[in-house]
Amino acid sequence: MMMLDENKLAKRKKLRQSIAFGILSTLSYSIIAILFIILSFIIYKGIGVINWNFISQMPEEGMTKGGIYPAIIGTLYLVGGSILFAFPIGVLAAIYMNEYVKDGIFKKIIKQMTNNLAGIPSIVFGLFGMSLFVNKLGFGDSILAGSLTLGLLALPVVIRTTEEALKAVDNTFRQASIGLGASKWETTSKIVLPIAFPNIITGLILSIGRVSGETAPILFTVAAYFLPKLPTSIFDQAMALPYHLYVISTSGTNIEESRPIAYGTALVLIIIVLIANLLANGLRKYFGNKVKMN
Amino acid sequence: MKTFYKKFLEKFIEGLLMLSGTVTTLTVVLIVFFLFKEGIGVFNKKPVEEGYVIAVNNKNPINKLSSEQIKNIYDQKITNWKILGAPTDSIILFRLEDVSNYYSDAEIGENFEGLPICISLLTDSLPNIIAFFPEKYIDKNFKGKQLEIDKVKLSEFLTGKEWFPTAQPAAQLGVMPLILGTLWVSLGAILLALPLGLAASVYMSEIANEKIRRIMKPLIELLAGIPSVVYGFFGLVIIVPLIQTTFDLPVGETGLAGSIILGIMALPTIITISEDAMRNTPRAMKEASLALGASKWQTIYKVVIPYSISGITAGAILGIGRAIGETMAVLMVTGNAAVIPHSILEPVRTIPATIAAELGEAPNGGLHFQALFALGCILFLITLFINLTVEFISNRNKYNKH
Repeated sequence: MMMLDENKLAKRKKLRQSIAFGILSTLSYSIIAILFIILSFIIYKGIGVINWNFISQMPEEGMTKGGIYPAIIGTLYLVGGSILFAFPIGVLAAIYMNEYVKDGIFKKIIKQMTNNLAGIPSIVFGLFGMSLFVNKLGFGDSILAGSLTLGLLALPVVIRTTEEALKAVDNTFRQASIGLGASKWETTSKIVLPIAFPNIITGLILSIGRVSGETAPILFTVAAYFLPKLPTSIFDQAMALPYHLYVISTSGTNIEESRPIAYGTALVLIIIVLIANLLANGLRKYFGNKVKMN
Repeated sequence: MKTFYKKFLEKFIEGLLMLSGTVTTLTVVLIVFFLFKEGIGVFNKKPVEEGYVIAVNNKNPINKLSSEQIKNIYDQKITNWKILGAPTDSIILFRLEDVSNYYSDAEIGENFEGLPICISLLTDSLPNIIAFFPEKYIDKNFKGKQLEIDKVKLSEFLTGKEWFPTAQPAAQLGVMPLILGTLWVSLGAILLALPLGLAASVYMSEIANEKIRRIMKPLIELLAGIPSVVYGFFGLVIIVPLIQTTFDLPVGETGLAGSIILGIMALPTIITISEDAMRNTPRAMKEASLALGASKWQTIYKVVIPYSISGITAGAILGIGRAIGETMAVLMVTGNAAVIPHSILEPVRTIPATIAAELGEAPNGGLHFQALFALGCILFLITLFINLTVEFISNRNKYNKH
């Protein structure tokens, strides 16, 4: 009798577990399904639109025909500009935080502020960029103002990933280098940075992916609905892919007719993100294996 | 000489590093400064457009009206002076274009040179008039009485129920519908995202084998990497029509659409943070539970989840924070009606979406412009509060465990 009860209990326990696990795995896979639905929908609708002309031509007839060349160029400028600003400062800041500054109130403040900066919504960056770069410093709506705004947004991302990369470097390397008489900077630049380099680059690539899709910060700092010619200096306005997608899908004059262009633009954005993610993961895996082999 | 040079270089580099280290702090300080400088400016302004006046007859006992009263008068919701505390009489509205009802073109003059006198005479002759006109048409011997208009008050700003920043004659700056809209949509998002996110983090940290985990992790990362404008676009072409046909609504752009999209966008944040917390459960605790005869599932909900509850909470709160601050996706799918929502199937408008939609049209430095910066301040404070809460939770956690 006793045996049977225990058996029953064990069976019930097992049944409960299988039900719970079944639900959990279904829910988890449904998230993956959502991702695939979004991706495949955009790819399915956009793939027919994308061809060489779409990428290399100017928009025509009120965005209903032609390509998205100026938006691609604008996004390239913006990504380049913001990375040029955020990458060096971010990496240096992370080196300072991880290698130089001692634990204490100063470090705490900087850390806290970096966290706060990371939590600020992108539209607030837009407001800030508009009032400082566009108005106060007089850059106007320009690539410069947009790049700086986006750069500030990317800064915490770069700092965080670089810090993680530096933390992953084993301390014995530092000790050995210092022990051999190398100075702090020599140790950092010749030992620590080269080891951390792949992970730093991974962070850089991911932040490029992020910056290229940001819309809210560029709304009021650089983005233009339509420009008949390409920007020639950093003080010019520019079109940008995410803003282009937003405008032609919500407030264009012929929303229906410009839908194919919108699908194409969304796909281009997705492709950029996909490439950035694949590249970052690939690098991680490649260098991860390499370190293990050593 | 060489050591001196080397030492100098070391110091120089350290200085450079320190300078870079302070950039984020400096940025936060600057953001606070610029945001609040513009935002607070709104409380120094009157809700009536600059260069305009509101006047009444000299015998009218009223000296002051709030912007809400002015709006109600001009919307003809208040039609009698009695409601405002003056003797019973119906209000006669006067806008500048009404002048031709009272005076001929000759009297007004070709270049409106007679206009000031006409307005002055009119306010004098009609005891029940309220007149709204540009300041430049005030006569030197104006016989009416200019009303005092209160500056925008913080309490009115926060509790006001109407957001019509460009309304004439008096702008209505009540952020209540926007704050409620933001919370409404974000709450809906987290209700949708939390069960899914928790399930995925339990699955990834406790159930799935390493191989599946290694596939799922980058996919979740990819979900985080998709630009918000693409989510918005997807919502616009798929979810909005779906909601419209399912619930048979006049428009599909609703709070629900916003919640669904934001829920998907909040998933990676929730999953990454709570999965991290769960994986940090000490192995000894789990094994002790299993050794006592608990099943794996019992171990999960009796040991792993209680142990990592603060991490899960942090993830959920951070997810809400992401949802509150999200701009483009919400802007594209929620319909942007600035009214207090009564159901999830109505259009709503969030704070970030309002800023994004209106800043482009607001004249630089004007009332509307500054009101939008004040909205930015509110948004900043909300997200700051959320971040500090999360930090507090995770710090307390660390303290308890060591």
